[in-house]
Amino acid sequence: MRLTCPLCGDRDRREFYYYGAEDYLRRPAEGAPLADWDNYLHLRDNPAGVTKDLWYHEAGCSQWLVVTRNTVTHEITGVELVAERTVGQAK
Amino acid sequence: MRIDGKGLIDRTKPVRFRFDGKDYAGYKGDTLASALLANDVRLVGRSFKYHRPRGVLTAGSEEPNALVEVIGAKNQTPNVRATVQEVFEGLDCRSQNRLGSLRFDLLAVNDYLSPFLSAGFYYKTFMWPRAFWEGLYEPIIRRAAGLGSLSGKHDEGVYEKAFAFCDVLVIGSGPSGLMAALTAGRAGADVILAEESHALGGRLLSDAGTISGMPGGEWVAQVVAELTAMPNVRIMSRTTVTGAYDHGTYGALERVGLHKPARPNLPRECFWRIVAPHAVLASGALERVVAFKDNDRPGLMMASAVRTYLNRYGVAPGKRVTLFANTDAARATARELMAAGVTVAAIIDPRPDAFSVEDCPVHVGAEVIGTRGRLGVSGITVRKGSETFEVETDCLAMSGGWNPTIHLTCHMNGRPRWSEELAAFVPMEGAVPGLVAVGAANGSMSTHGALATGRAAAQKMAEALGRTVQVDLPEAEDVPYQIKAFWAVEGKGRAWLDFANDVTTKDVKLAAQEGFRSVEHMKRYTTQGMAPDQGKNSNVAALAVLADATGRGIPETGTTTFRPPYVPVSIAAMGAGGRAEGFAPQRFLTSDQASRDRGAPMIEAGLWYRPSYFPKPGEATWREACDREVDMVRQAVGIADVSTLGKIDIQGKDAGRFLDFVYTNTFSTLPVGRVRYGLMLREDGLVLDDGTSARLAENHYLMTTTTAAAGLVMRHLDFVHQAFCADWQVRFISVTESWAQFAVAGPKARALANAFVETPVELPFMGVTPVRVRGVDGRLFRISFSGEEGYEIAVPTRFGEALFRDLVARAETLGGGPYGMEALNVLRIEKGFITHAEIHGRVTAHDIGMEKMVAAKKDCIGKAAAMRPGLWGPERDQLVGLKAAEPISAGAHLFVPGTEVHRETDQGYVTSVGFSPTLNAWLGLAFLKDGRARIGERVRLVDHLRGLDVICEVCHPVFHDPEGEKLRA
Repeated sequence: MRLTCPLCGDRDRREFYYYGAEDYLRRPAEGAPLADWDNYLHLRDNPAGVTKDLWYHEAGCSQWLVVTRNTVTHEITGVELVAERTVGQAK
Repeated sequence: MRIDGKGLIDRTKPVRFRFDGKDYAGYKGDTLASALLANDVRLVGRSFKYHRPRGVLTAGSEEPNALVEVIGAKNQTPNVRATVQEVFEGLDCRSQNRLGSLRFDLLAVNDYLSPFLSAGFYYKTFMWPRAFWEGLYEPIIRRAAGLGSLSGKHDEGVYEKAFAFCDVLVIGSGPSGLMAALTAGRAGADVILAEESHALGGRLLSDAGTISGMPGGEWVAQVVAELTAMPNVRIMSRTTVTGAYDHGTYGALERVGLHKPARPNLPRECFWRIVAPHAVLASGALERVVAFKDNDRPGLMMASAVRTYLNRYGVAPGKRVTLFANTDAARATARELMAAGVTVAAIIDPRPDAFSVEDCPVHVGAEVIGTRGRLGVSGITVRKGSETFEVETDCLAMSGGWNPTIHLTCHMNGRPRWSEELAAFVPMEGAVPGLVAVGAANGSMSTHGALATGRAAAQKMAEALGRTVQVDLPEAEDVPYQIKAFWAVEGKGRAWLDFANDVTTKDVKLAAQEGFRSVEHMKRYTTQGMAPDQGKNSNVAALAVLADATGRGIPETGTTTFRPPYVPVSIAAMGAGGRAEGFAPQRFLTSDQASRDRGAPMIEAGLWYRPSYFPKPGEATWREACDREVDMVRQAVGIADVSTLGKIDIQGKDAGRFLDFVYTNTFSTLPVGRVRYGLMLREDGLVLDDGTSARLAENHYLMTTTTAAAGLVMRHLDFVHQAFCADWQVRFISVTESWAQFAVAGPKARALANAFVETPVELPFMGVTPVRVRGVDGRLFRISFSGEEGYEIAVPTRFGEALFRDLVARAETLGGGPYGMEALNVLRIEKGFITHAEIHGRVTAHDIGMEKMVAAKKDCIGKAAAMRPGLWGPERDQLVGLKAAEPISAGAHLFVPGTEVHRETDQGYVTSVGFSPTLNAWLGLAFLKDGRARIGERVRLVDHLRGLDVICEVCHPVFHDPEGEKLRA
């Protein structure tokens, strides 16, 4: 498996650390009800098809990436920097 | 028998080799199989289950019979294909899977017992009586199971792994592969041409055809010369592409040194990962056997293999050859044999309308229905209509047509398509993105078809790469490939499908009869296709027999899939470099040599190696050294290298704000020049890590992590920053390797530390200041992990070793010295300081008594989840100290004295223990249900593993200096 890091280019997956679904980017606001936290921490879809998940270019540029990929075909259709996505969305 | 004037072997270079203890001669360019056949050795192995005599069947890596052990000075390699192993001077190998000699294998008795050893006999026979399994059945089966044997010693051979990148990977160098490589190469693309054999050319080396009017071998030499001269083409011979993986990644095994006498530093094999956006699969096709009674005797061989041995190796596998084949193309084998002067006794062709005029007897509409000859075929029985007759022969060449070698196209879950026209499976287009099958691998069986499809695929790839190329197509035969499927001859007796695993048509029919009608079930019940050849010779035929037995067509019956690797790959090659010390990277402290010089045994801490203790003369056990070192720190001064702790340099206007967000407590209010202990949670509310952070300047912090969690914390900080506050003005980087840092602890620590800094300083507890250490810019922290007055001196890494040696030397003049991990651990247990033994991923701030460190006024990572019900309160296991008069153990569980010991009555568990010379007692840290309310109680500690059952006193976790007076002195 290979990922194209927006900063480093096409790299072997051994350079990356896999974290989980991109849901981790949508952190509930301070004071949100427990149900929101439960959803944020624990409840995940398990799609057969397109999914977005988080990878960390640990042996590269240290950037967190949102990878859009297909769990059925293994096709990767997008790799974005987490930092660029969320600038301006911080609390 | 060698034939003069034929073959591509180098007759000027004879080599001697040994098989089963006997010396033979061959030539450079021979495989073990061709050299043995040249010496008229037909019997080379025994079959897996029935121990039937077996000879060479094929001339490639698909060989199911001729598996041998190659014996090296330092290793013994089982299941080596004699058809792949090249001979070299001194090659020593022997046959395998026999009890006694190859000619008189005692386990051949299995063959007579075969009526009892049919498919599924394991399941039927070894079920009862139950008690017999372990004592009787299993040892017998283990003895009989398996093929080759290992030396039982470490393989000391050198193996390599490597990576390669190219635009176009061409797999196979037959006509289609060569044409593809030539086209892509001329277009200027970066090309890797991988060929399994030692010579390029594929079938062109085996068949006596012509290309552009010249012999095939000559055309090959011309093309190879051109490719070799191209700087953008890399030819990798002896390299089998073993697997196709996601996104253009291919695995390949190169036999680097297996064809040469071993010498130091010559790798045996190299496992490659090749990355290529485009790949051409030019893997050709495998000829298939025909199942008939006793079709497995030595001397029965694939027709294409007979042709290979004749043309490529100059060997006639028999003196009186017969041919049993159902295609026109297979007749060439007989014609070429006759042209070389070998007698062809008969051609048996099952097709009634087949061409019947050759220079030898031809029996059309006839079938071979049996063979004879104990250790090699001596004759066959032929049936034509109602008449049967015998033909004397010492080599029967057989062919049931061809199966395209489609394995790689199935490696990513692609299912092949059944072609009625070819009576074979062909690749589904696009099954592996970027991979295009050409030539025989895609069902183009003629040489012209191979050349044309190879060129076309490479041209398309060149275009996709933005290149144009014009290559003329050489002239070659374009005989149409016509076939009517012919799998098995009807009749009594055992007819082999899977030679390697001794699976016959009977077994497949039995499986169907017993309900294993799915091809996957049949395969597992009969073990068809599960031998080293992975069904390369038998899968399709077995499927056809199953389809027939269940009254379905082949497409309805389906097929098993092919998974990587295409040929067996030694674990040593895949794991090259990972043996012993290569298993994980090793990190060494600057004080490493100084510690070893003092005889300190080193222990692993993550990837680091740290000194366990520093033995002194007269100390018999590690405990004596540890107790002395603890006393030394408590009474005088000790030195420990603490550079392994993670150090993260954090700078920027929002640095304090960022630390407030990742730590539970507040750092933005920390004065410059001060250090604070911080607790970090995961987002789920459990403790991630702890450590101190120092404020070096207004916008400059230095965070310390635990040794084990350094990488984890860095990843966490990067995530929090990039995901939630990327616009904050904060940047950070790991500086763990940049600083060597030494703890100086004990009542005499201040005197010692000040002897090393240019201007003596009076630092308050939890203070930090820049200092000049013997002319070098460094940092001095006043922090303690021992409970004594403690300092940590940090200098740039390159000065670490010198400073450590000087510190230790000076400490010794004060009655101190170095201390290791064992003493460090006892000191921190005495003080109730936690490590990852306690914060092991299941504990909350509340569990370790630090709930007050979660600041109420601000949000932080993990705060919301930490407040969830169930994560705090009396039902939790809480950190306590344990004190006992006798040894206790980490991992032991706690119970109320007098209650039964089982899971329901479990009250908690012990995480750290040590003998405290300071308190003259065994101390432990433990998590006890509602522990903080139970201080002063007695608990029963039970460790079944170590046989411990001890009554302990529950204590406050801080045993030593609970008020912290020594720290602040």
